[in-house]
Amino acid sequence: MATSTTKAQAGGAGRRGPSRTPGGDGTGRRRGALLHRLDVKGAPYAFVAPFFVVFAAFSFYPLLYTSWISLHRVELATLDVMEWVALDNYIELWNDSRFWNALGNTITIGIISTVPQLLMALGLAHLLNYRMRGSLFFRVASLVPYATSVGAAALVFTMIFERDFGMINWGLGLVGIDPVDWEADKWPAQLAISTIVIWRWTGYNALLYLAAMQAVPADRYEAAAIDGASRWKQFTHVTVPGIRSTIVFTIVLSTIGATQLFGEPLIFGQGPNGVTGGADNQYQTLGLLLYEEGWKNYQMGRSATVAWAMFLLLVLVFVAQRLIKRLRSRTS
Amino acid sequence: MSMLHRSSRRRAAAVVAAAGALALVAGCGGSDESVTGGGKKDGKVTITVGLYGVMGFKETGLFEKYEKENPNVDVKVEVAGDEQTYYPALQTRLAAGKGLKDIQGIEIGRAKEIVETQADKFVDFSDVKGADHFLPWKQGQITTKDGKVLGLGTDIGPMAVCYRRDYFEKAGLPTDREEVAKLWAGDWKKYVEVGRTFKENFKGGDVAFMDAASGLFNAMVFGYPEQYYNAEGDLIYDTNPAVKEAWNLAADAAEDDLSAKLRQFQPGWDPGLANGTFATAVCPAWMLGHIREKAGEPNKGKWDIAKAPKGANWGGSFLGVVEQSPVKEEAKKLVAWLTAPEQQAHIFQQQGSVPSSQKALELPEVKKVTDEYFNNAPTGQIFGEAAQEIPDNQILGRKDGTIKDTISQGLALVEQGTSRDEAWKTTGERIKKAVR
Repeated sequence: MATSTTKAQAGGAGRRGPSRTPGGDGTGRRRGALLHRLDVKGAPYAFVAPFFVVFAAFSFYPLLYTSWISLHRVELATLDVMEWVALDNYIELWNDSRFWNALGNTITIGIISTVPQLLMALGLAHLLNYRMRGSLFFRVASLVPYATSVGAAALVFTMIFERDFGMINWGLGLVGIDPVDWEADKWPAQLAISTIVIWRWTGYNALLYLAAMQAVPADRYEAAAIDGASRWKQFTHVTVPGIRSTIVFTIVLSTIGATQLFGEPLIFGQGPNGVTGGADNQYQTLGLLLYEEGWKNYQMGRSATVAWAMFLLLVLVFVAQRLIKRLRSRTS
Repeated sequence: MSMLHRSSRRRAAAVVAAAGALALVAGCGGSDESVTGGGKKDGKVTITVGLYGVMGFKETGLFEKYEKENPNVDVKVEVAGDEQTYYPALQTRLAAGKGLKDIQGIEIGRAKEIVETQADKFVDFSDVKGADHFLPWKQGQITTKDGKVLGLGTDIGPMAVCYRRDYFEKAGLPTDREEVAKLWAGDWKKYVEVGRTFKENFKGGDVAFMDAASGLFNAMVFGYPEQYYNAEGDLIYDTNPAVKEAWNLAADAAEDDLSAKLRQFQPGWDPGLANGTFATAVCPAWMLGHIREKAGEPNKGKWDIAKAPKGANWGGSFLGVVEQSPVKEEAKKLVAWLTAPEQQAHIFQQQGSVPSSQKALELPEVKKVTDEYFNNAPTGQIFGEAAQEIPDNQILGRKDGTIKDTISQGLALVEQGTSRDEAWKTTGERIKKAVR
C-alpha cells in the first residue's frame, strides 16, 4: 500500500513538472522532460503496482515459502522446528503409490466432470440464445448453482447419493435396479462427485458461452442460411468457430479447477473417509492428499510437496498445450 | 528435539503465515483472532472456552450456573462440531499462538501428543486443591514425565452394548438385559456368536446384527492396557496380540456379513438408527445421547442396554488452560468447578456422560440414574460398574486417534469385500505413513 501511494505521488509530481518549466533554464527543461518521460513510461507501472504488491505478499511469497517447507521435515504442531531433508519429500512422493493413485483419480474425475459439463453448457447456451419468453429467468436460473456454496451443494448431493436411504437408490429400486454403494465403490463414487461439479459449473460456463454467442455477427448466420445450412450446420460451422476463444478459456479454467478439486470429495466422503478419499482412497484427489498429509498426518513438509507437485502439473499441462498448438499451426 | 534448531518467534509466525497460505490452497481459511479473547476489564472477567461435540457443559447449562454464582465472570463458549475438525485447528492455533481460547478441551486420543509436544503451552494444574477425586488412571494420562498436570478430567467412556429388544425377540433371543448380558458374558467371541444366531433366525426384513465392525474392534482393543504403543512409546500395533485378536474377530464379523457396513458418526449411520437397520451397537456411555437423538421418539423403549463382555474405556476428555491466557487463575478455577464431582454428576444425570471422578461415581444420585429412552435401563449402575472394570493402567500413544481411524477404514475395506490380509497390509502401510 505504502509503495503504491509514494509512486502515485511521484507520478503526480511528474505531471505538475512541465507546467513549472517553460520560464526556466536548460537544466529545468531537461528535468521536465525527464519527469515527463517518467510520467508516460512509469505511470502505468505505478498503477498496476498495487496488484503486484498484493500478489507478491499473498501469492508469490507463500509459493516460495511452500517450496522451502517442502525441502524440510516439519510437523504442524511444531512449525518452528524444521529439519532439512533436501529432495527426500519429492523422491518419496514419486515412489508413493498413493500419489499416482490420487493423480489418476484427479484426471479421471476431471474428465468425467469437465467433458459433459462443457458439452452441456454449450447446448444450454445454444438454447438460451434463442429468442424466447422469460429468457432472463432462465439465464438467472442457470447461474443459481454457481452461487450455491460448495459445502451446501456437496452435502445435499451426499444425501441424495446415500446408500440406504438416498433418493437415487430409491429411484433405482423403483425400476428394479439393485442399490449402488455410491461411496464405497470406485466408479460410482467418482461419478457422484463429478455430478456435483457438473451441477455447479454448467450454468456458469453456459453464460460465458452465451455472452460469446451474442457477439457472433448475425449476418454470418444469414449468409449461412442463404447457403442452405441447417440449424445444426449453423451451430457447428458458425457458432462454434465464432466462440472458439471462449471455449479455450473455459477449458483452461476447468482444467485448473479439476486439478484443485477438493471440497466436493471431502464433503462427499464425510469425516475420516473424506480426508482419505474413501476407505480405499478410491476418490482421493491431489487436493485431498495434500490435506491428508498436512492435517491428518500433520506433516507440513510432505503436504507442501504435494502442493508443488500440483503446481508443476499445471505448468506441465500448459507447456504441453503450447507445444501441441505450435505443432498444429506448423502442420496446417 | 532439543538438538534441533529452534528459531525466534517471528520466524515461527512467518512459518504459520505460509501454513495459512497452504490452508488457502487447500480451501480452508483460518481464524485470526488476537490472543484468547479473554481478559479483565472494570472488575469483570471474561473467560473463553473452546469445546467440541457434545461435552455436556453447555448443553446442561453449567456455564450459566457458574455465571450466576460468580456475577463478575462472563464465559464465552465456542463449540466445534466434531473432534476431528477441532483438533487440527487447535494444533494450528497452538503453533501460531493465535486464536486460542483460555480453556481448551483435549480428547483422550490426543492427550499423549499434547503431553509430549505441547506441554509448555498449557498451565500446570498440580497445585489445584481438591482435585484428587478422579479415577486412579484418569489424571495420569494428562501428566508429563516431570509431573506437570495439563488439565482436569471431564468424562470417561465405559462401554456397554445397546440392543433392540424388538429385534432380539423376533430372532428368538432373550430380551431381558440381564439375560442378554449373560449371552456374551466374559468374551467378545460370544457376542459375534450371538450375531450368527441372530442372522440365522431373524425374520422380518433386512436387519444386520451390528452397525459396524470397527465398533467391535474398538471395544475389544480399548479393554487392554497396551494398545498401539508400549510404555516406552514404541509402536507395537503390528505385534500386539490384543490388536491382532480384535482385528481378526472384527474381520470374522465382517466376512460373515453381520455388520450393516455403516461408518459410525457419519451421516449414513443416523438414518440407520432412525430406521433400525441394525440390532446392536457397542455403545460407550457418551453414545447414548446420539442414539436417543437420531433414533428418535418412534424408537423409544425399543432400545435397551446390556453389560458388555469386558470392561473397556473408549473416549473421554480433559479441560486445559493455555499458557497464553490473561486470566489463568480464573480459568483454572472454572475448570476445577466444571470437573468437580457435583458438576460431573449433574452432567451424567442430564446428559449421560459418565463421570471420571471416583467420588461422583459413588454418589447415590449417580448410582440410581435410569434412562427412560432405553427402556429405563439403570445406566448409573451399568456404567458405574463398567467404569470399575476399566484397566487401571492404560498406555496411550501419540497417534492413537489416527491409528484408530485408519484401522476402522481397514475394517471398512473388509466389509466391502477386500480380503483381511490385504486390508491389514494396506492399513499397515497407511499407519507407517501417518506416524512418521
